[in-house]
Amino acid sequence: MIVQHEPKQEVLARSAAILDGLRAILPASNVIGDALRLKPYETDGLAAYRQPPLAVALPTTTEEVAAVMAYCHREGIRVVPRGAGTSLSGGALPMADSVVLGLMKMNRILEIDYADRLAVVQAGVTNIGITNAVSAEGFFYAPDPSSQLACMIGGNVMMNSGGAHCLRYGVTANNLLGLKIVTVDGQIIEIGGAHCDAAGLDWLGLITGSEGQLAIVTEVTVRILRSPEGQRAMLAAFDAIDVAGACVDAIIGSGIIPVALEFMDKPCIHACEAFAHAGYPMDAEAMLIIEVEGSTAEQDELLGRIRAICDRFNPISMKVSNSVEESMAIWKGRKGAFGAVGRISPDYLCMDGTIPTSQLPHVLRRIGEMSAECGLGVANVFHAGDGNLHPLIMFDANDPESFHKAETFGADILKLCVEVGGCLTGEHGVGVEKRDLMTVQFNETELDQQRRVKSAFDPDWLLNPSKVFPLKLPAARSLTLAAE
Amino acid sequence: MQTSFTAEQLRDPDTQVANKVLRTCVHCGMCTATCPTFLLLGDELDSPRGRIYLIKDMLESGRPATAEVVKHVDRCLSCLSCMTTCPSGTDYMHLIDHARTYIQNTYARPWHERLLRAALRLVLPVPGRMRLALQATSLLRPLARLLPSRGTFFVRLRAMVDLAPRSLPAPSSVERPQVHEAIGTRRARVALLAGCAQQVLAPQINEATIRLLTRMGVEVVVAKGAGCCGALTHHMGLHDPAMDAARANIAAWSAEIEAGGLDAIVINTSGCGTTVKDYGFMFRNAPEAEAAARISALACDITEYLSRLGYVPTRGTPGLTVAYHAACSLQHGQKITQEPKTLLAKAGFTVAIPAEAHICCGSAGTYNLMQPEIAGQLRARKLANIDRIEPDLIAAGNIGCITQLSGGRPVVHTVELLDWMAGGPEPAVLAGRAS
Repeated sequence: MIVQHEPKQEVLARSAAILDGLRAILPASNVIGDALRLKPYETDGLAAYRQPPLAVALPTTTEEVAAVMAYCHREGIRVVPRGAGTSLSGGALPMADSVVLGLMKMNRILEIDYADRLAVVQAGVTNIGITNAVSAEGFFYAPDPSSQLACMIGGNVMMNSGGAHCLRYGVTANNLLGLKIVTVDGQIIEIGGAHCDAAGLDWLGLITGSEGQLAIVTEVTVRILRSPEGQRAMLAAFDAIDVAGACVDAIIGSGIIPVALEFMDKPCIHACEAFAHAGYPMDAEAMLIIEVEGSTAEQDELLGRIRAICDRFNPISMKVSNSVEESMAIWKGRKGAFGAVGRISPDYLCMDGTIPTSQLPHVLRRIGEMSAECGLGVANVFHAGDGNLHPLIMFDANDPESFHKAETFGADILKLCVEVGGCLTGEHGVGVEKRDLMTVQFNETELDQQRRVKSAFDPDWLLNPSKVFPLKLPAARSLTLAAE
Repeated sequence: MQTSFTAEQLRDPDTQVANKVLRTCVHCGMCTATCPTFLLLGDELDSPRGRIYLIKDMLESGRPATAEVVKHVDRCLSCLSCMTTCPSGTDYMHLIDHARTYIQNTYARPWHERLLRAALRLVLPVPGRMRLALQATSLLRPLARLLPSRGTFFVRLRAMVDLAPRSLPAPSSVERPQVHEAIGTRRARVALLAGCAQQVLAPQINEATIRLLTRMGVEVVVAKGAGCCGALTHHMGLHDPAMDAARANIAAWSAEIEAGGLDAIVINTSGCGTTVKDYGFMFRNAPEAEAAARISALACDITEYLSRLGYVPTRGTPGLTVAYHAACSLQHGQKITQEPKTLLAKAGFTVAIPAEAHICCGSAGTYNLMQPEIAGQLRARKLANIDRIEPDLIAAGNIGCITQLSGGRPVVHTVELLDWMAGGPEPAVLAGRAS
């Protein structure tokens, strides 16, 4: 079980009073406090780590969120924000003495402005929900995490989520205009707005990706974009994973930026084909999904150049999608890839390191060797164009030794990513999963500096405090200063 | 996902299945997005993943079900939308079925719930009783306004009165055990599940089915001894009555197979179809295992069968836009999505699909009687989505949905339209709308 900060005994001792306090703010049905019903809230998309909270609060308005935060701040209670609970880094893992603040009931679209190309939505609207709301008018919201069907925009902001099409359109941070946030002491603040660049410090940049440690996001103003005239996906199959990796580097190196450039290895191809029936090449060791968009002529031109590059790497086969349905099936398989691995393994740990694309062949080869050494299978599916790896380490959670091996294997992969000039996380966030590896990437001064930012927003470290930073770091002087 | 059953618990075959299902779930949370109750309530506990977790805890602990767990399991529509969404292939249906039986065996429901459940169990599967009950409800309608509008019992009672049709069609004779001979050369011989509630509410559905099939050269047998498929009691967690109903059907159809052979068992109520297709699983450890598996393999939805047979319309295009409402039991339970739309288009209708087609209308068997509030919200949401495409009529493949969506635009069974365009009578509810 993952180590967290010691629960505050005085908070645990007051649990009944705290539930009453929350029920004075929210309708009784929106406060959960019995052990049995807290259980399903003990974990998120990283089910290997579990800890039931003290309570779950489900507000429906920003004002209710503010009231809950003011109350918890006054009472010294830790708060763990939660969206759809799809985090793969344990970002929504509760603490024993915490209130989980679930924003799932806040799922309304507040405003759509096509003239200024923006939408204002509550934090609990799903990522795909934004696109669905504007697609009839020919618009879409660009960042598309694989969990976009379920994950919520508030969580996307907190983790600065990416997705397959971020190669062209940028990640969440590049598609935000404004936020309504609630501070740890319950103040409601609006930052940014219906315009591109706000005066003063870049608060938007600071809050985005802060993993629920600086403030609670309740409303998000996103940029919506005109849908492309058309798009087409192609599949290129190879007989070795490092050859596919080298092909990715050659495409990116040639200056072509497709809208998406995704990689899948054999285990993933097989698991996803069983779910999506997309016509993936079952004989390939690795496959690339490459998508281009624009007018038909533009697509043809780009696809021609990409095919010529692929040809240099002796592909087993290449196939361009012939219909919208075929493209949809191709993406259905890719976006369901993590879950689909559940068909071939009872459990998996999903890693999220990012490396320079020139290192892809080397790192993929090393991951294969490491997998053989530790005896655990690995399935690779990732945003190749960005060099954002997602090795899925397959293990059996009913066997503690297998889980321990998986954790060690995962840590070794991430260390390798940092070693070759990459970083620990591309889009899933640090959460609890990569917390203790932060020292691999940052020295003490750098970590202190980041912790001072947190202290400035949250002097008592009540907001999601067990995440992002190694627990064992000494309480730095700088932190004490910031708290004063 | 990790589980912690003891070796002894795993000796029970049902627990073994539950363990397998739980181990397939990877807790990714995709299912939450397409779950109707999660959309409305925004609580993990009312999502498939939350229910899976509650059930896992209940089964692992071996403790009797508690009111809290029952509340959230009861709110599940069994629409199985989560199974269409689930990338890892988690068999939620058999897990929730098992949980419902476990609850039935370990939990004492309040008196009014037991009363309601007993009434539904005794009345709905028996056409004669249902007819009487509906006539009685009709008489009570003026009094319904006097019922208190609060309290679970009264709210449900009102929902029942509201759902009951204002007038009942006359019973049809086609549903009695008999053989409807093929017209012209016989191409095939099938059994038709004549059903229970449907023949009281809408006898025209079986009539249209038989007319269309016989016209296409199919001999249609209504087998003696076959009746309710057992779905109704099965979804209430009433294991024995469900198995009894299923066993009677297996015996009746097996006798027909012996007697004259069957090319298919045709079902025109998709809720029932999902259950008959599951007989093989339900009886996997019973003496009837082989016979049950054979019946399940022969079972098919009417649209599935018509597609196989090759449907050809004979009338000119009616100039009508049909909103096709995909019943959950058809699209998620049986994974039949294209056939009804293709057939309707072939018959000459303009087929329009409402937004959120994957979301349940709230009917879900007896759900609209047990959970009227959620069912009412889902109905309103569904009708609003249908209104946006401004169709002339709505077609669906399940009597539950047809009843649930009635009240505004005409709602008919898909097969009524197919029969009409192939020479049958115009469905009465359309009353000359065709151009």
